[in-house]
Amino acid sequence: MNKLVSLVNVFALLSILAVGGGTAVLPQMKHEAVIQHHWVTAEQFADIYSLGQLAPGPNMNMVAIIGYKVAGLAGAILVLIAFYLPSCTLAFAVGKVWDHFEGSPWRDAVQRGMAPITIGLMLSGVYAIGRTATFNLDHSARHNLITVAISALVTLTLLLRHVNPALLILIGGAVGWFALRMM
Amino acid sequence: MVPSSEKSIGLAGVDAHQRSKRPTIPQLFGVFLYIGATSFGGGVVAYLREHLVERQKWLDPDHFLASLEIGETVPGLISTNVAVIVGGRLRGVLGSVAAVLGMTFPGALGVLLLGLLYARFRGNPEVGATLSGIGAAAVGLIFAVTLQIGFREMKHWRDVAILVPTFILVGIIHVSLLPVLVVLAPIAVQLNHPSKKELSAYHAQQATYHAQLAEHHQEVSTRHAGGEMGS
Repeated sequence: MNKLVSLVNVFALLSILAVGGGTAVLPQMKHEAVIQHHWVTAEQFADIYSLGQLAPGPNMNMVAIIGYKVAGLAGAILVLIAFYLPSCTLAFAVGKVWDHFEGSPWRDAVQRGMAPITIGLMLSGVYAIGRTATFNLDHSARHNLITVAISALVTLTLLLRHVNPALLILIGGAVGWFALRMM
Repeated sequence: MVPSSEKSIGLAGVDAHQRSKRPTIPQLFGVFLYIGATSFGGGVVAYLREHLVERQKWLDPDHFLASLEIGETVPGLISTNVAVIVGGRLRGVLGSVAAVLGMTFPGALGVLLLGLLYARFRGNPEVGATLSGIGAAAVGLIFAVTLQIGFREMKHWRDVAILVPTFILVGIIHVSLLPVLVVLAPIAVQLNHPSKKELSAYHAQQATYHAQLAEHHQEVSTRHAGGEMGS
């Protein structure tokens, strides 16, 4: 019971704090799940995030796995509700009043002001996952070389070409299976 | 439920032409379920646009862009936010619920099944290696998305002056998001505050608009009065 309450508390707060999308709350989610509550290890968190990339739909559905691991199916369902309901309610309310501020210079100021915060938070999210998945001092130099190469090539490809990201994720998995399994 | 959704359509300013293409709740749910089941690899927003604007023609591009703008500004996942707003525009509260449920259900189910497999095969080195590769590719993906948005939005020194402390506080020294946002968001908005000229132009424009509106009302009521007298 206690576990369910802390799951709901953590993910409902993350829902409201996710300024600029799911990546923005990855550092805090990792901190809460790994260090505060010991729900998963850092390695498992990175693995669960990877699994999230393999399923269709919003890539933060992976929060369900954390809920499931802590408290079974009830945990998974509650975490999904806690993570989606608060921000969705807010989005619904703002969607209703947004048109009233059409052309308001203050609306533009909020948008312009929030943009760099959003990008700073996204970079923090990339860094939080990257420290485990791309460059990890617990792994061998060869392992790091390969994961850094995969990340860099995916980034470059996406910046230069229009490719379906799902394809690159699958290729990354295949390269990992081929090059990293002997270690 | 019907009257409230009617009202929301009116508020969103969808014209009569669009009203004819208004989906039923099951249709709405079906299309979002399809998007939720096929949008692999992130970038759900592109799938939403493809289905809602191009295929179903429920929204015109401007309405979609407006929904995206709101979805990017309020907290939460951009894709679910857009689903909520579009569902609400088309069908009120029930529409929002149908859209979000449809879009998240297939992925949530899929990810849970993957999680069960993961728990079973975690010790397997081949599974571990594959996941390491996927994880590294995923980092490359979110880094590319971040850079693309960054190149588009970073136009001024002020932006860097907000971005760098945000990254250091949240990314490096792990300060909680709430205090960071409470402090930095007002500063960021203040740094971008509209100029006096913009504000006065806006107020003047609002005043003209209201004057025109009043004039219009006046005209309509006169015409009504005239019409009644004529009949």
